[in-house]
Amino acid sequence: QAMEKSRPLWDNPLQFVFACISYAVGLGNVWRFPYLCQMYGGGGFLIPYFIMLIAEGMPLLYLELAVGQRMRQGSIGAWKIISPYLCGVGVASVVVSFFLSMYYNVINAWAFWYLFHSFQDPLPWATCPLNSNRTGYEEECEKTSSTQYFWYRQTLNISPSLEVSGSVQWEQALCLTLAWLVVYLCILRGTESTGKVVYVTASLPYCVLIIYLIRGLTLHGAVNGLVYMFTPKLEQLSNPKTWISAATQIFFSLGLGFGSLIAFASYNEPSNNCERHAIIVSLINSATSIFASIVTFSIYGFKATFNYESCINKVILLLMNAFDLEEGSLTADNLNEMKDYLMATHPQEYVQLLPQLKNCSLEAELDTAVQGTGLAFIVYSEAIKNMEVPQLYSVLYFVMLLMLGIGSMLGNTAAILTPLTDSRVIATRFPKEVISGVVCFINCVIGLIFTMESGSYWFDIFNDYAATLSLLLIVLVETIAVCYIYGIRRFEKDLHNMIGRKPNWYWKIMWAFASPLLIISLFLFYLTDYILTGTLQYQAWDATQGQLVTKDYPGYALAVIGLLVAASIMCIPLGALLTFIRKRLKRESISTV
Amino acid sequence: MLRILLLTLSVVASARAQLCEPDAQNAFKVRLSIKTALGDDAYAWDANEEYLFKAMVAFAMRRYSSKSTTQISDVLLCNVTDRVSFWFVVTDASKNVTTVPGSEVEAAIRMNRNRINSAFLLSDKTLQFLKITSTLSPPVEPSTPVWLIVFGVVLCLIVAGIIFLIVAGIQQHKKKNKESTERENLEEKGEVTLTVENGIPCETLDLKAGHINGVFAADDERFTSL
Repeated sequence: QAMEKSRPLWDNPLQFVFACISYAVGLGNVWRFPYLCQMYGGGGFLIPYFIMLIAEGMPLLYLELAVGQRMRQGSIGAWKIISPYLCGVGVASVVVSFFLSMYYNVINAWAFWYLFHSFQDPLPWATCPLNSNRTGYEEECEKTSSTQYFWYRQTLNISPSLEVSGSVQWEQALCLTLAWLVVYLCILRGTESTGKVVYVTASLPYCVLIIYLIRGLTLHGAVNGLVYMFTPKLEQLSNPKTWISAATQIFFSLGLGFGSLIAFASYNEPSNNCERHAIIVSLINSATSIFASIVTFSIYGFKATFNYESCINKVILLLMNAFDLEEGSLTADNLNEMKDYLMATHPQEYVQLLPQLKNCSLEAELDTAVQGTGLAFIVYSEAIKNMEVPQLYSVLYFVMLLMLGIGSMLGNTAAILTPLTDSRVIATRFPKEVISGVVCFINCVIGLIFTMESGSYWFDIFNDYAATLSLLLIVLVETIAVCYIYGIRRFEKDLHNMIGRKPNWYWKIMWAFASPLLIISLFLFYLTDYILTGTLQYQAWDATQGQLVTKDYPGYALAVIGLLVAASIMCIPLGALLTFIRKRLKRESISTV
Repeated sequence: MLRILLLTLSVVASARAQLCEPDAQNAFKVRLSIKTALGDDAYAWDANEEYLFKAMVAFAMRRYSSKSTTQISDVLLCNVTDRVSFWFVVTDASKNVTTVPGSEVEAAIRMNRNRINSAFLLSDKTLQFLKITSTLSPPVEPSTPVWLIVFGVVLCLIVAGIIFLIVAGIQQHKKKNKESTERENLEEKGEVTLTVENGIPCETLDLKAGHINGVFAADDERFTSL
């Protein structure tokens, strides 16, 4: 008699918690939450955020973890057990995870690029490069700032629009290959290796954030940023977009619907207390978002104050040179009075000078809200270049970005690999090293698209459309399936068997009513938003002006967007249909016999 | 006689003074930012500093062209402001009341720029000759870009890690296969009967953790012989 091959398990529950934290705490906590906080009312945004956490985040997280732990299979197998007609849900999760892993690792490639360039003095994004005859700086760099130039020209080498594809940038391709090799190294042995890696990827970002918090709070002008962020603008609470953004952020920040949480939970002991773990993970995720935004806003404040003071100094220099005033006679304090005095005494020359005199405003600097890659790579690197020992802070920061990105990638690849290794068809023929290798290789080759000159535009397409609508639908179907198809009483009993107690009324009400209603309203909102805005637009970099301009997507890009959304959503009805046909055929073949 | 001398002198002087005017031909504006450069160690701009400046310009002209015989008195300064900015012009001693062409002065200053800068403890940015652009020095670039070196190091480490894990995995796999094939061979030969209890091979039960129960220990004398 042969012994049944047992399912690999986490060495201890702590590895599971760390894996979930490492997956959930990702780049979104660092670069999206601070932006939302700034746009939707500062300190006041925390109110809708916490309400949504309790109404939506914790219940849905608990649901996914419980399903994974009970069924002990990846997403495809788990939903098949709940109901054979729901195998499409699992497949949709895998498809969405596949799309995500295709483009997400490009961020790690960019982080590697910046990390490798941090070992120079001065930092390459600190100064503009010289033009060909060495009489001044590069024209494009003059129009914009050196950090933006480094990002758009030297990192991305971005083309003026989506239609101009350009060639593959070999440097970015190398970094992307390295990023995929790192991911492969971590997932090579399955939970054995992943379990050890997540200790590092979960805890290192916190160490760096604490260092940055201390550094950030001691920077000159940090207080301006913090005050700006935390002054609650409570009138934003009446704006529906605030609540929608809070719900969306909680939803996507926890990474629900990708199948990663189900995959991680499937490697648990059946008696693991996933209720406690769900609460812990969701609270830590939200706390990290707030912590990260404190750090981000002190950095914002520093950068805004620095730019404001440079602007004032430039105006002072201009006036001093034009009117030959003594050095030190014009300071930031008497600038306004002196401007009036000069306008009175030398009206003609002053008027000539007027177009060059910029109105410097600290508010305007702080108002430049940025999110996404712009925040992570441009704003932060700009702040870093002005600190002392910038190389150290730069290395720390980009290592942190890498840890966050790789932690999320581990979850994504687990969502793809767990169903593959569960299926006996594939797992018996190939060892898991080969399956992981093939998946990484395919993703790497497809990911080369994002290293082309127009790659950043394709990245934005994937980032905005590959996962958003599909995930909402997937999680909605999941919740309805567990509550109404599998039955909440059966689910209660399963949880009682696993944990030892039944879920209380809070969980049941959220699962059955609150969360599905919230998701349906989010889904309807996004649909109407897409329909109402008509054409979709994107931001393209104009090298001649040195800034972003808005352009319309060409036809084939819209087709790709439609395909992305349809590819995952269609799996759900198709799966149900296929199962129905298969059952029909079986019934017929049985009846004919 | 004396009156005629005085008259010619004053005419010459005024003519020379007219050579140095803002935006005059071959005149250059200079701007110094002493307080920005030196902070608390800044020196005041007075007649002595002006003298030094004239000397440096004369030095530059002489160094540029060996034929030049520029004297300190040939360099004229005018319109000195509080900013510390002024215009200067270099007159030609041989030809009366004319100025040295601007291109020559520019070339001379360019050639000796860092000598002039260091005489005043300033730099290209804080001692500006407004019409004379300075060539910016490019940053030092090593032969292999630094990032490629770091990239290479990290790449080697990661690839070594992957190869190590794969090889370890293959070895483990081989060991498991060898064990199971050995066991199968022994079973086939019938030499070792593999007793199985509830799906668990009995030999795994012969662990050190197992205790022999003394009550049931085979003690032949206890049993009545048949």
